Amino acid sequence: MIDVLLITFIITLFYMAIANRMLTYLKVLAFQGVLLFVVVFLQLKEINPVNLALILLETIVFKSVAVPLFMAYVLKRNNITRESEPFLPNFVSLIITTAIVVVTILLANQVKDTHLDKIFFVVALSSLFTGLYFIATRRKIITHVIGYLIIENGVFVLSLAVGNEMPMLVNLGIMLDIFASVLILGIFLNKIGDVFKDIDVNQLSNLKDY
Amino acid sequence: MIGIYLIGAFSIALALFLNRNKAITFILLGLFLILQGALAFYAYFNLQTTDWSYFTYDSLGVLLLTTLSIISVPAIFHSHIYLEDQPAPQEARAIYYAAVVLLLTAISAGYLANHIAVIWIFTEITTLSASALIYHHRNKLALEGTWKYVFICAISITFVFIGILFLSLSLEHAGSDDLSFKNLVANSSNLNPFWLRLAFLFIFTGFTAKLGLVPMFTAGIDAKDKAPAPAGALLSSVLMNLGFVGIFRFYVVVANTPLHHWANLVIGIAAFLSVFIATVYMIKVKNIKRMMAYSGLEHMGLVMLGIAAGGIGYYAAILHIVLHAFVKSSLFFQFTQLYRVFQSKSIYYVGNYFKYNTAGAMVLLLGFISATAMPPSGLFVSEFLIFRSMFEAHQIVLLVAVLLLLTMIIWAFGKSILKILFIPPVEFDDSNVPVISPWESASQFFLLALAAYLGLNPPAEFVQMIKDSIMLLPN
Repeated sequence: MIDVLLITFIITLFYMAIANRMLTYLKVLAFQGVLLFVVVFLQLKEINPVNLALILLETIVFKSVAVPLFMAYVLKRNNITRESEPFLPNFVSLIITTAIVVVTILLANQVKDTHLDKIFFVVALSSLFTGLYFIATRRKIITHVIGYLIIENGVFVLSLAVGNEMPMLVNLGIMLDIFASVLILGIFLNKIGDVFKDIDVNQLSNLKDY
Repeated sequence: MIGIYLIGAFSIALALFLNRNKAITFILLGLFLILQGALAFYAYFNLQTTDWSYFTYDSLGVLLLTTLSIISVPAIFHSHIYLEDQPAPQEARAIYYAAVVLLLTAISAGYLANHIAVIWIFTEITTLSASALIYHHRNKLALEGTWKYVFICAISITFVFIGILFLSLSLEHAGSDDLSFKNLVANSSNLNPFWLRLAFLFIFTGFTAKLGLVPMFTAGIDAKDKAPAPAGALLSSVLMNLGFVGIFRFYVVVANTPLHHWANLVIGIAAFLSVFIATVYMIKVKNIKRMMAYSGLEHMGLVMLGIAAGGIGYYAAILHIVLHAFVKSSLFFQFTQLYRVFQSKSIYYVGNYFKYNTAGAMVLLLGFISATAMPPSGLFVSEFLIFRSMFEAHQIVLLVAVLLLLTMIIWAFGKSILKILFIPPVEFDDSNVPVISPWESASQFFLLALAAYLGLNPPAEFVQMIKDSIMLLPN
């Protein structure tokens, strides 16, 4: 069951690679949050109310409700066009994402480790690299934030693979990370919307050395 | 003590944020400086003890904490002058002071942390407070700088987190789950090399954003340029040292495993590229603040070359970061005066500084001599030791290449600084140049003199502390 969910997670990455509209990205992010919640829930050995509440907060409340809603608000408030405007055609994006997944599977097959479930490793690394690829090839600043959130989801999967019992520190770390980064990123994204007419990375090139 | 310090400093930061009264701001800042000094003293007299189970007063931490406590006094003094000179809204002023206090607190706690996740948390807090400082002017360029800094740091901090996860996988093979540095060093022979390798790559890359080294150095340069100069002084001295602490403490773990040589190779490549990139930009750059920031990139490259070479290089690297912090912060403090005279950051519109502010020009000249490591300065000693360690490690080709690059840096840096000092600027109207009291430069002279003193005639305790910091490293 967990394997099916994680494979669905990879499929969402492919879907993101060919999606065109900003709102689709947000919906996929929300869906990824739900997937992560179910994965964590199935992995739990015992149901501890505090732990469950924390996970619920992290995945459902944060990843699939609050962040997408906030991003949708930013989109609307700053009149950002609904197209994602990638530098590369979607077909190329799809091929590159596929290549990333294939390479991580090959890499994971090299690993001989009984402590680690390989599929977690594959999903985590492919979403990490897909996120980085997104950041590098999308024009709008808000898509950079979305790429960052994909990386965060990958890190979450990795943390599931590493600590089955999820030590409290790791848990708190993830919370802090999401909270601080999304908060600052969001606030500044909002400000950037006020200052720059159209949010485009090409406008962020005034800091130069000459 | 660390508990009192953290609670006290965080509440002072909160009070500064809420307060709008000038007199109360002074009292709060004074209180913070006393608290900072008290922590440094307490830490010095309680070496090697552990507080609150996640903080240890070890030699490296205390050494850098003392450095920070010394720099924090002029930093707050120059911030005050800066905010008086460039009137900002009350709110921006409150946020500025609160962010400075928060930044200094987080850096101090990060120095002392003995657990890799705790360093990680405090590094995250430094990103938050530094971004408030960079955004101080609230204009388009400041926003651009802040955005880049926040974004790169957010990604870097995620990298460090991924590294920590890999590290815990590696540690599982040793049958332990305690990620404190002490336990990691104790178990270093049982760590799984594959995961440790991945962990080192990710943690090293992540902390380079704070250290200001290739590959993540770019955001730091923009940040030091856009932040007000007194804050830039903190970003380019004590904050870089936090990145160093993060990398160094983990390096100690890796150095005790068979991966030592591989890690040296990784660090060496990043360090050499840093010196190379610094050279390229130093020749081109026309913005004085960015020039100083690139000089920081060069120095961090040299520090890491010392680490990669090993032997006496370890000692030299730690000496170098301490001295560099004093020199670079004094140069940044001097920049506030330079800007008040010429109202420009560009080398084109600045010149003949000796005529307008003799004391400040002396600081700039001495700072230049120190930063390029010419003989009377303390950095000469540490750089010389770094080169010696590279020679002893038989890295002759690398050494020659680095020396050539350094020659170019000295030429480029000297060309710009001497123009600022002696050549009259074009179309500069000097009818209403403000008179700057020489006393304002006193703190900068003090920092430069301290750097020279510690380099040329280091007190025995200072040498002992550096030796203790590198005790766990194999020769």
